[in-house]
Amino acid sequence: MTATEGNSYTPPEMKCDQCDNEATVHDLSIRNGVKIERHLCESCAQQQGLSAHGGTSLAELMKAMIVPAATPVTIPGLGTAKPAACPNCKTTFSEFKQNGLLGCAECYRTFESQLGPLLERAHEGGVRHTGKTPRRAESAGNRSSVVDLEQRAQRLATLRRELDMAVQSEQYEQAARLRDEMRRLLDSGNGPQEGVRG
Amino acid sequence: MSQSPFERTNPLPLSVLPPWLAGEGECVDVAMSSRVRLARNMAALPFMPKAQRRDRQQVLDMCRDQILRAGVSTRMMWIDLHDCGLNERTLLVERHLISKQHSKGKPPAGAAQEDPRAVAFSVPDEKLSIMVNEEDHLRLQMVLPGLSLRAAWNAISEVDDRLEGGVHFAFSERFGYLTACPTNVGTGLRMSVMLHLPGLRLTGELDKVKRAATDMSLAVRGFYGEGSDAVGDLYQISNQTTLGKSEEMILRDLEQEIIPKVVEYERHSRRELIAKRRAGLEDQVHRAYGTLLHARLLATDEAMQLLSLVRLGVLMGVIRGTSHQRVNQLMLLVQPAHLQRVAGRELDQEQRRAARAALVRSEIAKV
Repeated sequence: MTATEGNSYTPPEMKCDQCDNEATVHDLSIRNGVKIERHLCESCAQQQGLSAHGGTSLAELMKAMIVPAATPVTIPGLGTAKPAACPNCKTTFSEFKQNGLLGCAECYRTFESQLGPLLERAHEGGVRHTGKTPRRAESAGNRSSVVDLEQRAQRLATLRRELDMAVQSEQYEQAARLRDEMRRLLDSGNGPQEGVRG
Repeated sequence: MSQSPFERTNPLPLSVLPPWLAGEGECVDVAMSSRVRLARNMAALPFMPKAQRRDRQQVLDMCRDQILRAGVSTRMMWIDLHDCGLNERTLLVERHLISKQHSKGKPPAGAAQEDPRAVAFSVPDEKLSIMVNEEDHLRLQMVLPGLSLRAAWNAISEVDDRLEGGVHFAFSERFGYLTACPTNVGTGLRMSVMLHLPGLRLTGELDKVKRAATDMSLAVRGFYGEGSDAVGDLYQISNQTTLGKSEEMILRDLEQEIIPKVVEYERHSRRELIAKRRAGLEDQVHRAYGTLLHARLLATDEAMQLLSLVRLGVLMGVIRGTSHQRVNQLMLLVQPAHLQRVAGRELDQEQRRAARAALVRSEIAKV
């Protein structure tokens, strides 16, 4: 649930989150115990329907969570952030906190422990990818494809559920796709080999 | 599929409606179009915020080659946006082939104005478009008319498979497809449906839908996506969660649960308007139609709002003499870049208002 207290917090000379104008509308919301602050100029606030319970987009939510707020917000992971830089692209975690963007694939590995809780909150509790997998990652020769047994079992269970649902709703094309992915996943447990697309 | 070169000329046929405005398909009285997009990045190259000019050029070259080699569509057009004038870029935005951000060039999330960035799209149908060097190296998008998320997903997934045959996408077991912004990580998938909701606005129920959507972690955006206003009562509803939910789950939630409920709610509102406020409704839509038939100056937003009411009137059988497809087409043609393309020259704001009114007057009553 969202609790909104308009104008309860006014930082000095703050810029609008959306543009370069001065922020005159300040919104503080609390969701699941996490404070979310929005600072907007009149026009952006109106666009976002702030006066009339405007929705907070996920991007704003992320920004509100990662931009250091004047009032400390406790987010697991952030408090223990170490001043580390990505060995590949030199992005630092504070750089990420500034613009919400990562510099390369390696960043996800470098900042895995800090990103985990952040992503969990941003994606409604989602912590692990489920869904489509590139063919390369499916074949066992790849670094990122070393699927441990537990993960594989989890994915197979998901696929089974989805296959059942696809059959129930007579989505046969989709069912065939899912069946093929299950086969590939089962095959990949028997050693390195190239997956075959159905 | 054999390799075919990109189309050389740039017809962008104004007479041909892009699929998202064709007015055919499931639930088109409410659901204008369905869009599915995938965010993908090259594993070995820095993401956009850290990409140097040469990296961006490399991404561009790799993608151009692979799009051709993979044969993702029989006819494709490629446009280098860094070599492209503002009017042409705006035209692409208006046709929903590229984002505003991609048109402008906006570092650090994307390439700067003069940095290598491009779009490839299928012609003449414009269903598939591939943005290169936007916030991610690749943004693949499929747009189909009406409520057709499943068909759009199947088609874009096929394109993804074909492209993946020749390039190595950034992927991890834990986080899925890796994206510059972690809000897209996982499936990299955004499914959205463009909905025409004048009935809900007129009955004052729209805020309920917006609230419900927000509570379900869905985004409600305007006609031109992120940060745009809801002109012409057009709204895009899309998923926001991309990690921990499979494509199939997102698809099922939207196409079988959420969107049909919104569609039914809008239809219910329209029935209520006819049953309880018929005279008021008829007055409102006929006044809108009258204005469009006779106005001498029209601003874009005003034209969109009037067209929205006329579309409602046509679909409810209150207005005859025009069709909802014609109204859809005008919703595109009244946009500034399209208007100037029709006129064949640059127009200032005042000239555009006059040209817009003239265009609508001459076109709206053709069925």
